[in-house]
Amino acid sequence: MERIPILKMGAALLVTIQVDMHDRLAMALEEDLTAKIAGNASKGVLIDISALEIVDSFIGRMLDNIAAVSRMLDAETVVVGMRPAVAITLVELGLALTGVKTALNVERGMALIQRRIDADVVDRGELDDRSAE
Amino acid sequence: MTVVRSEVVQILTGDDVVRVRQDVRARAVEAGFSLVDQTKIVTAASELARNTLDYGGGGTVLIERVDVGGRKAVRLTFEDQGPGIADIEKALTDGYTTGGGLGLGLGGAKRLANEFSIASNLGQGTRVSITRWK
Repeated sequence: MERIPILKMGAALLVTIQVDMHDRLAMALEEDLTAKIAGNASKGVLIDISALEIVDSFIGRMLDNIAAVSRMLDAETVVVGMRPAVAITLVELGLALTGVKTALNVERGMALIQRRIDADVVDRGELDDRSAE
Repeated sequence: MTVVRSEVVQILTGDDVVRVRQDVRARAVEAGFSLVDQTKIVTAASELARNTLDYGGGGTVLIERVDVGGRKAVRLTFEDQGPGIADIEKALTDGYTTGGGLGLGLGGAKRLANEFSIASNLGQGTRVSITRWK
């Protein structure tokens, strides 16, 4: 069965959605992603949708679900690269994706996740430990 | 009104929904729609095609490129022989769903189109028609 590849980038996972999504593919992606988040103890998930010409409520729900499940597994989801026409249409559709963080591109999305990783490290005092070595 | 071009597409699987989107996009481009307007009609088509599949048990869509008094438009008519909709007003309300979705499909498609009409008979099926003008 066709699968969407998931790349590991440090503590984050990167998914580039390039095909016209259909239901089975979307569901397989949700399952694969959650397994990888748990397996790699990933802190963030970047979903690049710059190739998607439309996002309907089905895909919108998938993005929301991924964000919600990731959050429970202690990872943050950032959707990047949304086309302006898609953003306009989504809001008119009534789907503002309030549960999902967005960034303009992969770089900025990665920076968001990195900031979170750094904040976690500070919280746990690991920076202090490291400087003491 | 002149029908410039028309085709009927079956909606029986998830892959058919993808094909409906592609065909609607092609007609919208032919009609000279802006990118935002293309995106709106294709998104509306995707919502309605999925409704036809999930709630109507499959059906068809008539995709038409029409001209009315020199204005170009795309008209889509989705038909199924499914269980029908008991309360259309309710079905059009955002957040109302009987199928576990987000409940945005019908109301969302209506907002994304310039014209919208729906007819449904319990036990006989549903027909939804939308038109978007250039």
